[in-house]
Amino acid sequence: MSGAMRTSGGGRIDRARPLRFSFDGRSFQGFEGDTLASALIAAGVHLVGRSFKYHRPRGFLSAGAEEPNALVTIARGPGRITPNLRATQVKLVDGLVATSQNRWPSLKIDVGAASGLMAPMFASGFYYKTFMGPSWFGPNVPWKKVYEPAIRRAAGLGDPPVDADPDAYAQYFEHCDVLVVGAGPAGLSAALAASSGEARVVLCDEQAEMGGSLLAETGASIDGLSAAQWLSRALATLGGRSNVRLMPRTQAFGYYAQNFLGLNQCVTDFDASPDPDTPRERLWQVRAKEVVLAGGAIERPLVFPDNDRPGIMLADAGRTFLNRYGAKIGRMIAVATAHDDAYRAAIDLKAAGADIAVIADLRAVADGPLPQAARAAGIKVRVGVRIAGTRGTLRVSALGLARGPDVEWVSCDAVLMSGGWTPSVHLYSQSRGKVFYDEALGMFLPGASVQRERSAGACKGTFALGEALNEGALAGAEAAQSSGFPVVPPASALVTGALDASGGTLGDSSGDGADHARAFVDFQNDVCAKDVRLAVQEGMRSIEHVKRYTTTGMATDQGKTSNMNALAIAANALQAPLPQVGLTTFRLPYTPVTFGAFAGAARGALFDPVRRTAIHDWAAQSGAAFEDVGLWKRARYFPGDGEDMHAATKRECLATRLGVGLFDASTLGKIEVVGPDAGAFLDRLYTNPLAKLEIGRCRYGLMLNEAGFIMDDGVIARIAPDRFHVTTTTGGAARVLHHMEDYLQTEFTDLKVWLTSTSEQWAVIAAQGPRARDLISPFVEGVDLSNAALPHMSVREGRICGVPMRLMRVSFTGELGYEINIAPRHARALWEVLWEAGHAHHAVAYGTEAMHVMRAEKGYIIVGQETDGTVTPDDAGLAWAIGKSKPDFVGKRSLIRPDMVASNRKQLVGLATLDPRTALEEGAQIVASPAPQKGDHAIGHVTSSYESPALGRSIAMALIEGGRARIGQLVHIATAAGAIPATVRDTTFFDKPGARLHG
Amino acid sequence: MLLIPCPYCAMERPEIEFRHAGHAHVARDVGGDDQAWAEVLYLRDNPKGAVAERWRHVSGCGRYFNCVRDTVSDRILATYKVGEPMPGLAALMAQAPK
Repeated sequence: MSGAMRTSGGGRIDRARPLRFSFDGRSFQGFEGDTLASALIAAGVHLVGRSFKYHRPRGFLSAGAEEPNALVTIARGPGRITPNLRATQVKLVDGLVATSQNRWPSLKIDVGAASGLMAPMFASGFYYKTFMGPSWFGPNVPWKKVYEPAIRRAAGLGDPPVDADPDAYAQYFEHCDVLVVGAGPAGLSAALAASSGEARVVLCDEQAEMGGSLLAETGASIDGLSAAQWLSRALATLGGRSNVRLMPRTQAFGYYAQNFLGLNQCVTDFDASPDPDTPRERLWQVRAKEVVLAGGAIERPLVFPDNDRPGIMLADAGRTFLNRYGAKIGRMIAVATAHDDAYRAAIDLKAAGADIAVIADLRAVADGPLPQAARAAGIKVRVGVRIAGTRGTLRVSALGLARGPDVEWVSCDAVLMSGGWTPSVHLYSQSRGKVFYDEALGMFLPGASVQRERSAGACKGTFALGEALNEGALAGAEAAQSSGFPVVPPASALVTGALDASGGTLGDSSGDGADHARAFVDFQNDVCAKDVRLAVQEGMRSIEHVKRYTTTGMATDQGKTSNMNALAIAANALQAPLPQVGLTTFRLPYTPVTFGAFAGAARGALFDPVRRTAIHDWAAQSGAAFEDVGLWKRARYFPGDGEDMHAATKRECLATRLGVGLFDASTLGKIEVVGPDAGAFLDRLYTNPLAKLEIGRCRYGLMLNEAGFIMDDGVIARIAPDRFHVTTTTGGAARVLHHMEDYLQTEFTDLKVWLTSTSEQWAVIAAQGPRARDLISPFVEGVDLSNAALPHMSVREGRICGVPMRLMRVSFTGELGYEINIAPRHARALWEVLWEAGHAHHAVAYGTEAMHVMRAEKGYIIVGQETDGTVTPDDAGLAWAIGKSKPDFVGKRSLIRPDMVASNRKQLVGLATLDPRTALEEGAQIVASPAPQKGDHAIGHVTSSYESPALGRSIAMALIEGGRARIGQLVHIATAAGAIPATVRDTTFFDKPGARLHG
Repeated sequence: MLLIPCPYCAMERPEIEFRHAGHAHVARDVGGDDQAWAEVLYLRDNPKGAVAERWRHVSGCGRYFNCVRDTVSDRILATYKVGEPMPGLAALMAQAPK
């Protein structure tokens, strides 16, 4: 179906380039240059949506970004489904597939419309009132069983897409001297003036075509040119300047601190067959030295009964559809207005062949140049009229004009309305500027600048074309000069044929203040004038409260067309001056931005960096199951045939304790601490005495934060008098270095120390088990591995397989163990050599799960598992690690605070369940009694729990109040299935004397 | 995103290069009083207006420095090196460019 309502000529569409599209399965034809909205209007279609709560039939209210009603879902193939797009902003491309939303089974027959019956449920504050069901229902039952399902069915927007988004999104940074937002008359002349010198200027506009109101301007001429000619000359001038970047289709959606603005550029949605390598959208993060805001103004609806029927729209939108798109909104049009601008639309539509049934003006007098011109054109004008309502089912069919008690119904198929204009101060307000209320204009306008910006044109309340052009030019020139670039002084624009307009009204135009059934304020959220009045009646005083109580202004359009009317109605009901009631905050984004634009490339494999060890690929080829530890991928276990994690871990543990296990410990954090004061520095950072650590020896190190709580642990090896090899937990490496740097740079500035992260410089292969020495010794050169020469907690430099290594004799399993530190480029080769040689020793490769089990069997803590930021060394049973004779270390002062030495602190203990087969759940709460009474508190929680292959039973560690004093006592672990009894014991489950460690 | 002038690099760099490190100039010499020490550890002012903070140019030069920020506008009013005295906060607020 093509355009019955299409004009034969005129507008900016290309009638030689027809485009096919579908809406709700019906085929239509539009033209290049159309939006989905203009093409549908040209086809005579106004019914395009159902309202959010009441499922009222809705049409187009506007022609732009402020559209609250005409929300559609656009499908561009699998995964390319975007709901809730404003049809007024969807550029028509060939083959476009659009569907309406929030209706069933169809737009014309919507069962939900019966929810007119549900209307009482949706009164103001319904969230807080309706759902308080009788208490015998039980708590929350009415809400969960009755109301929520009903409301979820009834109220809604489009459905989110199900498939992953196949499109790519790009992110760009831009630094410019002047950013001009909005390419209407003010913005264009600002950009022309700003770029007349050498300032780098960016001009962005949300529409596919730049020009703003000039695109629909047919009457005025500028400097002797028609508006269209002036526009194309301006764009050609700007396009020819190398210092200008023109960005159509680009919405400036957010104004952040320090002149940082977010711009979203639509790319492929504007092409029928886009280049598959092109991103769908580009997010521009712009840092501008100076900003010119020229975002224009939004026309305000009139609030009168049934002002929401399809065919009722803003007057300037009707003019735009006609003059820019060649689409007539109706054949017989009635106009309801309180502003002269609606006359402009009526005059143009009449000239295009439409009949204007009446212009009903709310004002007592309307005799400005536009009303005079309308009367001269033979249009019937009636002043001092109240709008009683409208009639029609799926389309408006009559407008009711009241004077006194009588209502005259004027037949029509479209209604234009205008309550005047609301300047778009959104971005100014986001820049943290404070708007002020101009009584004469009845508008909030930008006040003083907080950032380097200025407004120009309609967004500053300057509406006359000539004034907007000149204000824009001055703003652009000033912006460029402030950014340090001289400009050519702009000449004043000469505008003729643009008749001045004035007027406007705010709030409920019904006139009698009665609670009319449905005089809509917020079209998208279905909020009526009576809802706002009810909110005031029920005690809301601030507009912020009214907003939340009624949900006015809270829809995806953020109240662009409704906030001022709601404010005026509230102020009227409160009998308070409008500015005193306040203005709700303008939140970003100005229009919704896709998740894709914000995510950019950071999705899938690029969501987060992945760190892999040098031995990763060997583990992967050996079938390892991996786990994420921070950014690292760590081999968790190596399943054999048919083994699950439990079986594999058990085998790995037993084989390690019987023979030898190989473990990739490369992810350990490593910091090289170097300098004449390195020992003294570490003495202050760790609880342990380290300054006098012998060369060639290692010591367990416990690091506290200033408050005295355990923050990390590791092994500190002294390589040389002035050189330490410090290890940290895998996840703590960056944090520990940050902490060390902090103290080195700000507190211990007297110490000569240099810190270097070496986590990536050393790969670490741990060989653990009674045969570990036998396994590695054939390959080691220059290090005596004997127990006497290299006892537990020693370090040597030497060679293995001919490459340099740092060999530490350390153990996290309780077995004889070595950690071989070598350059990562040799690590895979060394691993394979040891693996081959290991066959003779029945070696296994073990993963982090077996590592966890074996360390727990020994009672070794894992920082972050046994500790949670509230655990002191004594709590963890590590008081022995504190250098008692040290004058100070970080955290020492805090350890003597009364809270830190209280006897009932939670202490780390072991737990043995009475039934050895029962394994506890980590995190489970522990209670003193098997049947706790109301008011009893949990005395602790399980921190680690495993089945121990070495012991053949379950083991656990727990933090329990006064835990060490409870050793031997019974406690109970609360589970959903009942309490599990367990005996408190010490934490060393296996090889308490430590004979194996020193073997 | 804020632009923060690093006093060591002597240039403005974007916020993502920095890491916040808590209040600056927290006096720790409170003697042996446990309550006073607990307040050093846990109690901080939350002023509306200028606040002196520590930041680290962690993805730049790696240095810690001090910074005065207006908590209302997020404006960085001053940055200065470790060891340099804290500027007068009221004067900084008064002088702040628009």
